[in-house]
Amino acid sequence: MSKNVGTVVMTRLRRVLDKGPMNLNTITEIKQPRSADEIRHWRDGYAWLAGGTWLFSEPQIHTDTLIDLGTLGWQAIAAGKDGIELAATCRIAELYALQPSPEWIAGSLIGECCRAFLSSFKIWNEATIGGNIVMSLPAGPMISLTVALEGTYTLLPRDGLPREVRAADFVTGNHTNILQSGELLRSIHLPAAALAKSFAFRRSELTHLGRSSVLLIGTRGKPDGGLMLTITAGTVKPVQLAFDGTPSSEQLRNAIDSAIPDSLYLDDVHGSPAHRRHLTYHYAEQIRRELGA
Amino acid sequence: MKLQVNGKSFAATPAPGQCLRVFLRDLGWYGVKKGCDGGDCGACTVWVDEKPVHSCLYPAFRAEGKEITTIEGLAKNGELHPMQQAFLDAQSFQCGYCAAGMIMTAAALSDEQKQDLPRALKGNLCRCTGYGSIRDAFAGVKNIAPDDAGASVGASVPNPFAEGIVTGHARYTSDIPPMDGLLHLKVLRSPHAHANILSIDRSEAMAVPGVVDVFTWEDVPRRLYSTAIHEDNRVDPDDTYMLDNVARFVGQRIAAVVAETEGAAEEGCRRLKVGYEILPAVFDPTEAMEPGAPVLHDKGGDSRILHPNKNVFLELHGEVGSVAQGFAAADAIYEETYDAPRQQHVHLETMQSITWRGEDGRLHVRTSVQGPFIVKGKLCYLFGILPADLHVFTERVGGGFGGKQDMMSEDLPLLATIKTGRPVMWEFTREEQFTGATTRHPMKTRVKLGAKKDGTLTAMQFRIVSNTGAYGNHGGETLANGMSGPWAVYRCPNKKGDGYAVYTNLQCGGGFRGYGTGQPTFAVESALDELAALLNVDPIEMRRKNMIGPDDEVESVLEGASDLTMGSYGLDQCVDAIEKALASRRGIPKPEGEDWLEGSGVALSMLDCVPPTEQRSGSEVTLRPDGGYHFTVGSVEIGNGLVTAQQQVVAQVMGCPTARVTFLNADTDKTPYDSGTFASVGMMVPTKAVENASVALREKLLAFAARTTGTKVEQCRLEDDAVLCGDRRVLLTELYSAARAQGEELTCFRKAYGSPRTVAFMVYGVRLAVHRVSGEIRILFSIEAVDAGVVMNPNQLRGQVIGGVVQGIGWALQEKMVYDDAGAVINPTLRNYRIPTFADAPITEVFFADTFDAIGPLGSKSIAENTINPVAPAIGNALKAATGVRFTALPFTEDRIFSKLTET
Repeated sequence: MSKNVGTVVMTRLRRVLDKGPMNLNTITEIKQPRSADEIRHWRDGYAWLAGGTWLFSEPQIHTDTLIDLGTLGWQAIAAGKDGIELAATCRIAELYALQPSPEWIAGSLIGECCRAFLSSFKIWNEATIGGNIVMSLPAGPMISLTVALEGTYTLLPRDGLPREVRAADFVTGNHTNILQSGELLRSIHLPAAALAKSFAFRRSELTHLGRSSVLLIGTRGKPDGGLMLTITAGTVKPVQLAFDGTPSSEQLRNAIDSAIPDSLYLDDVHGSPAHRRHLTYHYAEQIRRELGA
Repeated sequence: MKLQVNGKSFAATPAPGQCLRVFLRDLGWYGVKKGCDGGDCGACTVWVDEKPVHSCLYPAFRAEGKEITTIEGLAKNGELHPMQQAFLDAQSFQCGYCAAGMIMTAAALSDEQKQDLPRALKGNLCRCTGYGSIRDAFAGVKNIAPDDAGASVGASVPNPFAEGIVTGHARYTSDIPPMDGLLHLKVLRSPHAHANILSIDRSEAMAVPGVVDVFTWEDVPRRLYSTAIHEDNRVDPDDTYMLDNVARFVGQRIAAVVAETEGAAEEGCRRLKVGYEILPAVFDPTEAMEPGAPVLHDKGGDSRILHPNKNVFLELHGEVGSVAQGFAAADAIYEETYDAPRQQHVHLETMQSITWRGEDGRLHVRTSVQGPFIVKGKLCYLFGILPADLHVFTERVGGGFGGKQDMMSEDLPLLATIKTGRPVMWEFTREEQFTGATTRHPMKTRVKLGAKKDGTLTAMQFRIVSNTGAYGNHGGETLANGMSGPWAVYRCPNKKGDGYAVYTNLQCGGGFRGYGTGQPTFAVESALDELAALLNVDPIEMRRKNMIGPDDEVESVLEGASDLTMGSYGLDQCVDAIEKALASRRGIPKPEGEDWLEGSGVALSMLDCVPPTEQRSGSEVTLRPDGGYHFTVGSVEIGNGLVTAQQQVVAQVMGCPTARVTFLNADTDKTPYDSGTFASVGMMVPTKAVENASVALREKLLAFAARTTGTKVEQCRLEDDAVLCGDRRVLLTELYSAARAQGEELTCFRKAYGSPRTVAFMVYGVRLAVHRVSGEIRILFSIEAVDAGVVMNPNQLRGQVIGGVVQGIGWALQEKMVYDDAGAVINPTLRNYRIPTFADAPITEVFFADTFDAIGPLGSKSIAENTINPVAPAIGNALKAATGVRFTALPFTEDRIFSKLTET
């Protein structure tokens, strides 16, 4: 079973089958560091607290200490010529308010992906981009956004130097990712080249404005760049297919088949694997046609 | 830390992991509601520095230095906020529990957001209204009629709690300051579907700081009972212990821990060490009836289980005429099995109770339940308490839908109060509502219908297998109900039915709006369309040809004379109205594109307005010193609008405005006995008692006035605040004083009993579009026609209808409880069990038939349950019309239907 869009930067993700009010009654301490470097000695029971909108949505009985990222004072958004730099603590509401420069056509994906949240605008006032990414749920729209826009993440380990990873390589499965114990997602870079591409967006859900059952994004560089297809929500982790030019309908379908074995389609209450596969083919073909010309 | 709440400064330190919702309530702001504690329902919405947030997800420590606004702080200088006023004018609530969060969200919307309400409101759930009246608030619609003296029947007078609801001051069960020494109760629930409990080691739990006591099966009275609330407890099996040494479903309560804080109680539960001997489990009712299946209840005859060794709690069989002959005479026969699944009630206020021993030495139970008097009886039985020593009452109840027709939250806190002497509170979490409470009974209905070429039914046969879960509670009564109305609504000489209520190792079925009739209605109303198609008869004509008329006997398959009579008949008007409405092509056009298919469907439903079991109530109406009236009645206000209707009845009879009528309800100390508010009885029994008492008081007043003034009683009549005695006008205040001086009490008490019983009709029509590739369904037009007799309060009734329709749409299109192989619910949260949001709820029209019921109060009758029944089959029929495919299992979600669409 999957969880709601998350907003906490957690290092360990657990399924807790426990009941309780959403006072997190096992928490005994809140740390409010000025810098992430102050947290050197990581131990079980620690959790980074970003927006809190996932963390506070279920009991966290193995957590006793919350480390507040709210006091770090990271600049939420910095847009420059080379692209957009987003702090992990940037709130969804702040991202949604961003007006990317008009030549960045694919900047419109920001709005599309924010609207793909199951949660309402009220949650956006607290939930963070980083929280959604490190929750690593298949339907996390910030994952869809940053993978489709060929983003890179900067990660801060508790010891050692910061490292950079491709967004497409971060999520490893439903609710799992490459973060090491105590490692923190610091920021997301969205490169100008990807933002300048044209795009097509498709999404489906079982209930109106509900959780995404599939979310597909196609991008294509100018003048005759290849089609890039990012498949999320329907698969347990993001799948990205890059083509030279525009594939034929058959090539596209074959590429999907070889990249996504049946076991990679998510099976939960928000959609059956067969339906997700069916819609993936359907929307991928629509995107191929839309961006093909 | 310091913060501002509603303009007042507070200095208080939250616990490190405390959420803002609980912190604010600790500070006394009870307008901040708990709906889900998962950020899904929005009932806890407040503003932090003007920004709306879900306070259940907001870390309280972050509120330092912030300005918080709750619903209580929205009105300024005694003036309601325009959005509060709009909600008041449109009466955009029923139980009112969601209203605080809904208004705090609505009041924060920009003009741009108001243009897209489905999106703007998707973080706020309402289970009562179906969002119709909430839409009205944004459109500036006024749904309130003037409160004119003596003209309240038929007028949309406002809910008497309306002001309290929109300002956050209406008090629900937990909205009282904590009592001194209050303990919190938490329950450990079984992780196993079937297990013997070999041992429970409580030592580590007792060592948790703050834990006061632990209760297991060894600490409770070993008395079998049923949690189901009925006047006659013998209709339900005595198969349940308060705490048992056998676990029969995942989620069954195993032990209770009481502690100084909720956190300590939770930790205590986690520290309990339970030794289980795991037993084989069975989840499918058909398998459960097979030889060799695990037996759930090895109990004796005094439990009233028909075949304990076959897991059959109850079987019912009946035949009128001969279906063999009927099918032999048929030109066409249709037979199919329909699968109607569970549905959770999702009343926004979870089940909860507060218990204490008062200064009077008696025990008190403040609870959220649909039948406080029966709860009192059960508690007296379980604990051996004298009735005089126990007081059970409700204040405002945040929704029920049948979910609160079981005693589930009262017994354990009372046990703890008796044992510790201290006040105890227990609130179900939302997850517990999904794992440990009840649901609609899953039923499989095999239906076989035969008809002549012209569509005349010759035989109806069915076999219902109902999964009652681990305990029988409502299993028998829902089965009997399901074998009645859906089959009795058609005139057919040959009918035969078999029904089985079967135990399995899953959570229990319970009372759910429709009470067992929605499931077979799905089967018979789908089958009727199929049979019509076989005969090439129009589905509406098929119904007209066979549905009962005003002079027909109401007869299903169960034998015996019945007190069921037709106090009024409006089915024909309803069918005509739906046919006409669908033909008008009103509603939204089909989306463009050849992948969108379109179809219309109808279904009808009949429901008894009172159950066949015992049902009684009483009311006392009194003239107050100020010339107004006060009534008491034992029924519960759960968002059904009952107290509004009762006020209207008093006002109508006494010839005054409702504003002069005060009341007290649902209190075993202070109001007359009442069997409980369920089975659509609210209008028919307690409100009838209110009418009876009002009429009696009117006669008494007039007689007294006549005597006092020396006028003939025929020349006296009530007029607003006075009695006209010939030419003389005697104020009621004067009359009161005169009576008092003479030692006469101007008060009357009357009872009402639920017999004879009338029936109410409902027809639902829908036009929808379905996308043949994705399977997406969009409802384009939705209308329900309702035969409710005299419409007491059109706005309230419309709200009940739309709310029922939308709950039906949820059941038909999206709600789905999923279990893993071990019998555990895998989606016990509102983000994973999706009830309709504003975005899922179509605009629904409501048609009222023009009838006058001979049995119900002032010509009216009850309908709120039946509203849900025809929705799912009508949608199924429309889906068939659009696609040519008959879907036989609910819900019709895209991922379940798409593959059959692409096949065609």
